[in-house]
Amino acid sequence: MTEKEIIKRLTELRSLAQKHKLDISEEIKQLEAKLVNGNSSQDATWKKVELARHNDRPTTLDYIDIIFDDFLELHGDRSFSDDPAMIGGIALLNDKPVTIIGQQKGRNLKENVMRNSGMALPDGYRKALRLVRQAEKYGRPVISFVDTQGAYPGVSAEERGIGEAIARNLKEFFSVRVPIVVIIIGQGGSGGALGIGIGDYVIMLENAIYSVISPEGCASILLRDASKAKYAASIMKLTARDLLRFEIIDTIISEPTGGAHQNPEVTAAKIKLELVKVLNKLISRPQEQLVKNRYEKYRRMGVFIEKNAKKKSGFLKRFLRKE
Amino acid sequence: MSRLTRKFKAWFRTAFIHRPLITHRIKDGDERLFVERKQECPACHKHLSPDELESSLFVCPGCDHHFRLTPWERIKYTADGGVFHEFCADIESFNPLDFPEYEQKLTTSKKKTGLNEAIVTGICRVEGQEVVLGIMAFQFMGGSMGSAVGEKVTRALLLGMEKKMPVIIFTASGGARMQEGILSLMQMAKTSAAASVLEEHKIPFFIVLTDPTSGGVTASYAMLGDVILAEPSALVGFAGRRVIEGTIKQKLPENFQLSEFQQEKGFVDAIVQRKDLRKTLAFLVKTHMNVKKVWR
Ligand SMILES: [Zn+2]
Repeated sequence: MTEKEIIKRLTELRSLAQKHKLDISEEIKQLEAKLVNGNSSQDATWKKVELARHNDRPTTLDYIDIIFDDFLELHGDRSFSDDPAMIGGIALLNDKPVTIIGQQKGRNLKENVMRNSGMALPDGYRKALRLVRQAEKYGRPVISFVDTQGAYPGVSAEERGIGEAIARNLKEFFSVRVPIVVIIIGQGGSGGALGIGIGDYVIMLENAIYSVISPEGCASILLRDASKAKYAASIMKLTARDLLRFEIIDTIISEPTGGAHQNPEVTAAKIKLELVKVLNKLISRPQEQLVKNRYEKYRRMGVFIEKNAKKKSGFLKRFLRKE
Repeated sequence: MSRLTRKFKAWFRTAFIHRPLITHRIKDGDERLFVERKQECPACHKHLSPDELESSLFVCPGCDHHFRLTPWERIKYTADGGVFHEFCADIESFNPLDFPEYEQKLTTSKKKTGLNEAIVTGICRVEGQEVVLGIMAFQFMGGSMGSAVGEKVTRALLLGMEKKMPVIIFTASGGARMQEGILSLMQMAKTSAAASVLEEHKIPFFIVLTDPTSGGVTASYAMLGDVILAEPSALVGFAGRRVIEGTIKQKLPENFQLSEFQQEKGFVDAIVQRKDLRKTLAFLVKTHMNVKKVWR
């Protein structure tokens, strides 16, 4: 049996067991063991996790250098500080003005310390929001580069309200009246990624990952064994392809063999092509329509059962058909 | 009738049930079990009988320790006459990732709590004024937010918009429901989108932070209320204490991330004793609804 067949069989068994209250846990266990031991897909997923975290993987500034002309970085949240883990500014995309925000990891050890490995503080999220509102004021579309393992889990972040900062961004991004295009270039880590991750169109690089918690965190909390990170990664559904299936992202950009860092120019060129294409489409939409569509895009997200509902939600139907 | 109104009608037709108010005696966090067994408060160790505890709204008369409540207890203390019209009670979780043991955990939680999910939503009156009320249940899988919780919160907010009623949510959550992976993360976006709609329509939204509120719930609707209240000494934060201690490699002060700490840092409007919550919420509704009409 291939992995797909095993999963299909498992799903059938589980629903059968639920429907008829049968005890077939033994069979399920055996199938699951096959999944855990049949390592090929686990290895493939883990390869992506490693690529997404690769030291040489191009960062936000690397892509900005190649894709845009005349980038001017703008600093500070006008309230407390400038967070080097979150960058932002104005640039020209084929001579048209855009606003850019994004997490920035260090490209060497020293820079990585300065950039806090791309783990932003509340100040960073507030700077991003400031720049997005500024973009809206002057009609510039926003391009958001997501690349973080998460928001900074430290005392200063809690003291200055990291929860509030992310929550406010989530809410405010829904009322922004210019197009927002999000591109996940490396790690999309939890709320820290989502804090600049609301957009009209979400692009993901082939080897990027996006998840609610790191595989290590999932392994230690849910599987109670930190060494099972590799297995955790395979069941968390964090690859670009998984996210496309769940309708969380809109498209995948393929990477050169061996990952984006093998040829940043080619990867950047593909990103640029996609950005131009999608922005031309989004910019022609009336502002009300843009905001409404963005709301509806996220309103649909999630899979649940509504027992008394007459019909299944559109997504659930599509989702079950895909299974 | 707009499409939206028709949709809301459908939810009610299918899910509008008036539940009898029963107090589920959940042995939550073992604190209340502790009182039952040892006849003393786990915090201050003064003599305390379960009856005494219940008659003081589950607050220790000796040390003011606020014990965690179940949704039905909270409703009893908040809604006029304990009358509460629950809606969307039929929304339940699904295992879209085929995550191991998720179904079993759901079944166990349902059995343990008598609830379908980690939040109960409905309509009730608070000192005569109609409100939409949502109460999270930490007893149900740590109050974690999956697609079902996200949907129920979203619908509560949208119902408030449709009916022009203020929305009050009592939060209690360990964060996102990891078994639902990225879908649970997206509930932060979905609920915040609904909060944005509520704001656009100028419908008041009040949050009461109760012990504990953390992770994805803190980083979404829990911090988006027009007014954010908190119970005394409730744990409120984003990252877990142990995670932070792991980052900074040192012990954190005792009061770190408690509601008093959050108020000092500027993220909580007021800390309110449990016995005063009802009247404070009624005051808020009165001072936010129809203000212009009153002044005309
Ligand atoms: Zn006590």
